[in-house]
Amino acid sequence: MPASLRHRLHEAFVRWALRVRPPEATPIVLTQRRVYVLPTRAGLAYATALGVILLGAMNYNLSLGHALVFLLAGLGIVAILHTFRNLVLVSIRPGRCEPVFTGGLAQFDLVLQNQRPDARTSLRLFIGEGVPLEIDIGPHASSVATLDLPALRRGWLPMPRLTIETTWPLGLIRAWSCAVPDLKCLVYPAPATRAPPLPWGGDSAQGSTRDGRGADDFSGLRNHQVTDAPHHVAWKAVARQQDGPLLTKLFFGAAAEQIWLDWDALADVTDAEQRLSILARWMIDADAAGLAWGLRMPSLRLAPDNGAAQLCTGLRALALHEHGAH
Amino acid sequence: MARIDRPVSRRQAWWLLAGAVATCLPLAPQFPLWLALAAAAALSWRAALTWRQWHLPPRWLLVMLVIAGTAGVFLQYRTTLGRTPGVALLVIFLALKLLELRTARDAVATALLCYFLILGQFLFTQTIPTALLACLTLLITTAALLAASDDRPEPQQQLRRAGLMLAQALPFMLLLFVLFPRVQGPLWGIPQDRFSAVSGLSDTMSPGSIAQLSQSDAIAFRVKFKGETPPQSQLYWRGPVMPSFDGRNWRVTQTLGAYAEVPYTGLGAPVDYEVTLEPHGKFWLFALELPATLPAESALTSDYQPVARQAVRNRLRYTQRAWPEAIAGINEARNLLGAAVELPKDGNPRIRAISAAWRAQHGDDSAAILAAAENFFSRQLLIYTLNPPLLGADMVDEFLFDTRRGFCEHFAAAFVFALRAAGVPARVVAGYQGGEVNPVDGYLVVRQYDAHAWAEAWIAGRGWVRVDPTAISAPSRISGNLADAVPAGEALPFLARGDLAWLRELRYRLDAVSNGWNQWVLGYNPQRQRDLLASLGLNEPDWRNMTAILSVLCGAVMLGLTAWILRNRLRVDPALAAWRRFTARLARRGIAWQPWEGPQAFAERAARQAPMHAAAIGEIAALYARVRYGPAPQAGELIRLKARISAFRP
Repeated sequence: MPASLRHRLHEAFVRWALRVRPPEATPIVLTQRRVYVLPTRAGLAYATALGVILLGAMNYNLSLGHALVFLLAGLGIVAILHTFRNLVLVSIRPGRCEPVFTGGLAQFDLVLQNQRPDARTSLRLFIGEGVPLEIDIGPHASSVATLDLPALRRGWLPMPRLTIETTWPLGLIRAWSCAVPDLKCLVYPAPATRAPPLPWGGDSAQGSTRDGRGADDFSGLRNHQVTDAPHHVAWKAVARQQDGPLLTKLFFGAAAEQIWLDWDALADVTDAEQRLSILARWMIDADAAGLAWGLRMPSLRLAPDNGAAQLCTGLRALALHEHGAH
Repeated sequence: MARIDRPVSRRQAWWLLAGAVATCLPLAPQFPLWLALAAAAALSWRAALTWRQWHLPPRWLLVMLVIAGTAGVFLQYRTTLGRTPGVALLVIFLALKLLELRTARDAVATALLCYFLILGQFLFTQTIPTALLACLTLLITTAALLAASDDRPEPQQQLRRAGLMLAQALPFMLLLFVLFPRVQGPLWGIPQDRFSAVSGLSDTMSPGSIAQLSQSDAIAFRVKFKGETPPQSQLYWRGPVMPSFDGRNWRVTQTLGAYAEVPYTGLGAPVDYEVTLEPHGKFWLFALELPATLPAESALTSDYQPVARQAVRNRLRYTQRAWPEAIAGINEARNLLGAAVELPKDGNPRIRAISAAWRAQHGDDSAAILAAAENFFSRQLLIYTLNPPLLGADMVDEFLFDTRRGFCEHFAAAFVFALRAAGVPARVVAGYQGGEVNPVDGYLVVRQYDAHAWAEAWIAGRGWVRVDPTAISAPSRISGNLADAVPAGEALPFLARGDLAWLRELRYRLDAVSNGWNQWVLGYNPQRQRDLLASLGLNEPDWRNMTAILSVLCGAVMLGLTAWILRNRLRVDPALAAWRRFTARLARRGIAWQPWEGPQAFAERAARQAPMHAAAIGEIAALYARVRYGPAPQAGELIRLKARISAFRP
């Protein structure tokens, strides 16, 4: 059978087998109706070997040969049941999925739960053409499976159909099932490698408070917050007062300095994706410099601020810019 | 997709090596020394590779070794087909396959080869010890196959799982064994090499040929009588009849059946019995004299010798009826009678002279001549011995007048010679006489040392009459057994001796077990299957309804096992079940437990919302947390948790 036809038949079967329209309600329980069992290539070889042994036993009238074949046939049937049991009634919940930049690897976390008092061994999970991930789940326990998928385009990357299969224990039988967990990954535009410098001053620099003093002028200390950049931690001060809280150095310029990152300021860059890349680069650089930055997009305006939350909001806005058009 | 390109780990290599050793060891005695040593060397090489983690040998070297091994087998056996060379080749392939274990695919192929070679063992022997040994091999090989998919468990765990799976496979095996429609082999060319070395009667008889058999205690056949066992002196098991004599050897002349049904009528009470005949590679079937019925697929020669259509190459079971007092051959064909008085032109002048004197005295009265011959034999004081002296050209004369010592073939040959010389048609009948009843299972066991030869004379008006000249000189041979008849001190087969009572008892028991095994396991053939199904009320089963029954029963076993597999679906941790009851009660009061809440957090919230139950809620939550998440919870705590929750009424 040509590979393409086989692939199409397989797809048609999976669509029929899944029945429900993805995304599926969580938790996804792999009930016996959606676990399928087929022999592996090794299983077919095993069946062939049994056939040959049976012929030999018949030809030589070997009663024990018959017994051997029948015991091995029973073993094959038992293998079906064990393999099926290894997969059936696993429940899958979508876990976290951190945003990534285009070109990176989206990582989908799935929580697989085993409500049975004995372990499930060697479950293989894969999405698309990815490398299978093999996991075990202990008795009455759950495991987290992290599946990688290259993020090729910015925007929402939904998790593709998950195939979960096992050939444990004998490798003769393959039990498999499909699921489409409701999980999507936000893909930011890749930061441009060669971007214009940060738009100081000019139209985009609305930093009216900018008074010429250097951004590194120390102005005081305050308690450290999670969103503060690590290089602003006052390590010397921390070392002086043992067991004290982390302190963040405040700079005169930093708190007050604002820049605007403006979509329209990049009018000479014709490619929209390229513009988004440059904006992403600027955001990262501005955040690293501890600047308060704002974003002006055709459809959105983000007030100047600094910190991780601001960066996330900004990158998200870039990721989803005119996303419907794609 | 199943990944069969995974490399084979060290542990998996050890497992497969263990499987291969367990497979090859029981086969070792069947092979020439060089082959056993070569296989051992290859396996040791593999062990060293695994131990030292050396690289596998290059493929060209393995190809050379395969060619060399095949050539060696061909030189040894002059063929690569057939039983022994075939198994030898498989052993070589297995040993060399181990040396190219690279991926999981190779591992599976090796395990399948091991399974295949278990069948190879059965080609040589199918005894109970072989079966037990095969079970062990099967266990190790299955564990190796398990390890090929998952090599992390410890060896004991791996073996336990293999044992569990094989035990679960047993019901299927039993059902299939009993109900799978059996086909009588062979399906293709007769495996000629299977009975190259079985002992038994041959189609010629010369002095010493039966005495040689008397040194063997191998079983010739077993008999189960329907009624009473007839007296020992009636147990003449008719074998090859030998009417042709060339001066030294007596020969069988007929090997083809002449009658499809017995040509004589019976007298007296019939004896019904069932024979389980060990394979002997010849055509004849042994029957108590004289056979009244013929087994299936057999016919009767004009000598009244039942012969099968195919040589007996498998253990054969047939039911038979005998008429001990049948009169046969009153109107015997002239050419047969003529052939039955033929003698060589010369030789043995002394007995010829005596026979001529009987003829002169009694004329055509063959009954009187027979009586004279019997009289003559008893007067000669012949000695029955296992070690008769060698005889020269006139062997009948030498035996009767000079040495006077002989075994049954000497007696029978001399007697038939004497009758023929006097013009009375006579012939030698070979077969077995007597047998031994095993008190454990009631089977009469006839062994090779019960082989015997006697004479048959044709008397006008009475037909063929059995005369046993051995009985004239050594009556205890017929009424008792071999040990009673031969002089004390003669070398007897171990089992023929009667002096070790406890050994005898042990032998009876072992023999009964082995007979049961033969009857019900090894002898479970199409016939026995039909009989069994008929006794279960399924008459004339054909493969269709047998397959239907088989499918239904296998399906039932499958359902049972599936129920076992899914049973855990309903079994929830008892502590969790109790906790759910508890939260359900609180939910009715409007305090719903959220799945992400830990028991303590929930208890604090619930206590705030229902302050009058705060103490009870706190206690239950603490207990639950300890039982479900604490280290090694005690049984008492679970019971207390259940009791508290039952008593909890918000």
